[in-house]
Amino acid sequence: MNLTLHVWRQDGPDRAGRFETYHAKDISEHASFLELLDLVNEDLTRSGGEPIAFEHDCREGICGSCGMMINGVPHGPRSMVATCQLHMRSFRDGDDIWIEPWRATAFPVIRDLVVDRSALDRLIQAGGFISVRTGSAPDANAIPIPKDDADQAMDGAQCIGCGACVAACPNASAMLFMSAKVGHLGLLPQGQPERYTRVLDMVARHDAEGFGTCTNHGACQEACPKGISVDFIARLNRDVLAGSWKAATVEAS
Amino acid sequence: MKLDPKIPTGPIEKKWDKHRFDMKLVNPANKRRYEVIVVGTGLAGASAAATMGELGYRVKVFTFHDSPRRAHSIAAQGGINAAKNYQGDGDSIFRLFYDTVKGGDFRSREANVYRLAELSVNIIDQAVAQGVPFAREYGGLLANRSFGGAQVSRTFYARGQTGQQLLLGCYQALERQVAAGTVQMYARHEMLDVVVVDGVARGIITRDLVNGRVESHAAHAVVLATGGYSNVFFLSTNAKGCNVTATWRAAKKGAGFANPCFTQIHPTCIPPAGEYQSKLTLMSESLRNDGRIWVPSMAGDTRPASEIGEDERDYYLERIYPSFGNLSPRDISSRRAKEMVDSGHGVGPLSNGVYLDFKHAIERLGRDVISDRYGNLFEMYEKITGEDPYQVPMRIYPAPHYTMGGLWVDYNLQTTVPGLFAIGEANFSDHGANRLGASALMQGLADGYFVIPLTIGNYLAAVPRQSVDTTHAAFGDAERDVTARNARLLEARGKKTVDAFHIELGRLMWDRCGMERDAEGLRGALDAIPELRERFWSEVCVPGVGETLNQSLEKAGRVADFLEFAEVMCYDALARDESCGAHYRSEHTTPDGEAKRDDEHFAFVSVWEFQGVGESPTLHREPLLFENVQLSTRSYK
Ligand SMILES: Cc1cc2nc3c(=O)[nH]c(=O)nc-3n(C[C@H](O)[C@H](O)[C@H](O)COP(=O)(O)OP(=O)(O)OC[C@H]3O[C@@H](n4cnc5c(N)ncnc54)[C@H](O)[C@@H]3O)c2cc1C
Ligand code: FES
Repeated sequence: MNLTLHVWRQDGPDRAGRFETYHAKDISEHASFLELLDLVNEDLTRSGGEPIAFEHDCREGICGSCGMMINGVPHGPRSMVATCQLHMRSFRDGDDIWIEPWRATAFPVIRDLVVDRSALDRLIQAGGFISVRTGSAPDANAIPIPKDDADQAMDGAQCIGCGACVAACPNASAMLFMSAKVGHLGLLPQGQPERYTRVLDMVARHDAEGFGTCTNHGACQEACPKGISVDFIARLNRDVLAGSWKAATVEAS
Repeated sequence: MKLDPKIPTGPIEKKWDKHRFDMKLVNPANKRRYEVIVVGTGLAGASAAATMGELGYRVKVFTFHDSPRRAHSIAAQGGINAAKNYQGDGDSIFRLFYDTVKGGDFRSREANVYRLAELSVNIIDQAVAQGVPFAREYGGLLANRSFGGAQVSRTFYARGQTGQQLLLGCYQALERQVAAGTVQMYARHEMLDVVVVDGVARGIITRDLVNGRVESHAAHAVVLATGGYSNVFFLSTNAKGCNVTATWRAAKKGAGFANPCFTQIHPTCIPPAGEYQSKLTLMSESLRNDGRIWVPSMAGDTRPASEIGEDERDYYLERIYPSFGNLSPRDISSRRAKEMVDSGHGVGPLSNGVYLDFKHAIERLGRDVISDRYGNLFEMYEKITGEDPYQVPMRIYPAPHYTMGGLWVDYNLQTTVPGLFAIGEANFSDHGANRLGASALMQGLADGYFVIPLTIGNYLAAVPRQSVDTTHAAFGDAERDVTARNARLLEARGKKTVDAFHIELGRLMWDRCGMERDAEGLRGALDAIPELRERFWSEVCVPGVGETLNQSLEKAGRVADFLEFAEVMCYDALARDESCGAHYRSEHTTPDGEAKRDDEHFAFVSVWEFQGVGESPTLHREPLLFENVQLSTRSYK
């Protein structure tokens, strides 16, 4: 198939960006979207240009490195896939494709399609863990966990940290990312002791990083390559309420 | 080069305990005077950095990824072994030890493997305490499955995302230490050299991948946790960024490189779809529990699978290995698949695969059971190929997957350079000539959580506490070398892309030093590689400049290292004039066509000492003694 690509090019964080147009010819429908970019980059390199910078690593939808807006949609037209799992059979011969980086205050552009997502790491630093010292754990079967709870925890835990939820959100909120982690840990008995401090600390950091407020749009769930549900956001909100109430009573007493 | 494995004395079950007692300790108040550098944030690196931070050392950790959570470990699907014997099916530490030594075809060091089996149980406890959501039974206890042909169910898993969940556990522990200030994180920093002062590792040189700055970092000890080198073949199941740079540059600074030719080929990957193929995707080996492998009996048969009758199919693994059948070990399954394709029985548009068929399993167990077991894998396959495995059989083909070789380390995981340690896939230590499924995650975490945090203390207790800095001339020299090398790459301004060279090298290695090797082919490769390397340096085109994010430059540096390292792999494969495990020399086969070991002459670890680019490296040998598992020939018939 033959395609016309309009790709966002930006030389550095403080430089102005622009769209540039490239023609990709004779692309197999079985090629992946990133392989399409590889082919364009090979051509660019050979013809004296500079290849398009984009992030990728596993190319199987698990590392969360890849991610770009494709025709205005995070990870492109197919639902439940990351960009690396999108194949050209999802497009038609002759299509125009617009490719841009994630757009969010908290994710400054580094170059072309590469953005800085370290704010997500800082959210985890704020409390997205269970404090357990290496070597101090009891036997793994000491605390049975109902299968449903474990399964639900896994539904949140499978987040790949790509940032598509932020890119999709009209307010650039990282609520889905954060709630997936809060839900994962909060559903497990091991996560109970820090449950409420965790959520309050993470929410405070979320706002400090420049992520927007959640207004229940639901665009994040649509964009999530793992299909993480907005139910986790509802759960987080309940924990925030309970946590604030607890904090207030502790202060009052 | 002196190879002292430092194996503790005493019976195998007591060695680690005894060693733990014998090791010197660093006084808690003094720990923060010691700085440790960890390179890599996969299972091995992240668990090591987090634990050493907790213990009170000052840790600096580096990764070329944008976040520690992206390390290649994230992609492991199938599971992690541990001798918990939760299923009561006769598993034990000794059995896991025994299986691993035997699976490694008697080319690993018994003492290390025993310790690994012992520590496996602690890993599961640790992970569960961190909130890793392993699969559970309805009663709430942990579920297990049998994996990769093991006779007991000792594999723990989290859907098809075990590596992801284990890595997130380590990553969260690591971020907790970053928040606590014990660990300093350097993401988007690539290590490009080790600095050795008076024979001792003193630090590293990195390039900041965003602004191109080349920097020195000093420490009392350096730990490399930089993963494996399967990408020397260009196409492999590894993430695109996996490379040999860190370990190879350490080798150039004096660290012995052990068993570089021991590379594992995984039998169940999706075959390439075209010239543009950029990497290969693994389909979990667990699929072989229910899928049946076959090819058309008639060579050149291009009919769709549905039109090929039962009597026209060759279920070749079931035919040749009646007792193990579709669960035959990885290397055997891989070689048989290659033979089928080479002899014209390959299937698919490019005739480059064999079928893995679930028709009978679906008939026997029902679609729901199959979907419960493999639903996410089937979806993944469908996303990639556009074919629905519930309707048409999957197509699979072997692909490079894991590298047992790596930096030589002693029992303390220290390389031949004092102060330089290697953990996880980056070292050679536990898997011998072949790794069992679900054992790499176990090894990375055993090394990172439980071994290195203690053995490093033993090392540090003996070195002066004075703070270290980067003023020594060795740092300046190493920085200049790194800068000059990058400049040379940028100045070549040739006509060929980095990938074009990488693909060429990959093909050469796959043909000559891949699933099957012979002396003639290896000698040919040893002639071809230097020539290819020369062309690379004069004809490569690396666009852009060094002072910005430049992904072409990053790739070029890695490919340049592969082009040097590939030679050592071939030297190793040539010198090891026997077949063992995944190293299959076609001159050494049993009458049934299986790998034929030569214990009399080759029961040793090959350790290569670098002598200069283009010079033949020197071979040193660490003899292997088997006192607890009797040397035997495996038979899967
Ligand atoms: C598709 C797939 C599935 C697998 N499934 C399983 C399984 O089910 N069970 C199992 O036991 N094993 C499995 N394995 C093997 C296992 O995943 C790996 O062996 C293991 O995760 C390696 O961990 P590691 O910590 O040693 O290295 P990695 O996870 O590879 O981490 C390497 C780290 O080093 C960093 N790094 C490398 N070089 C540099 C440098 N020069 N400068 C800075 N940083 C650097 C990287 O950024 C990364 O952080 C699988 C492997 C693959 C490819
Ligand atoms: S490259 Fe890893 S998720 Fe896409």
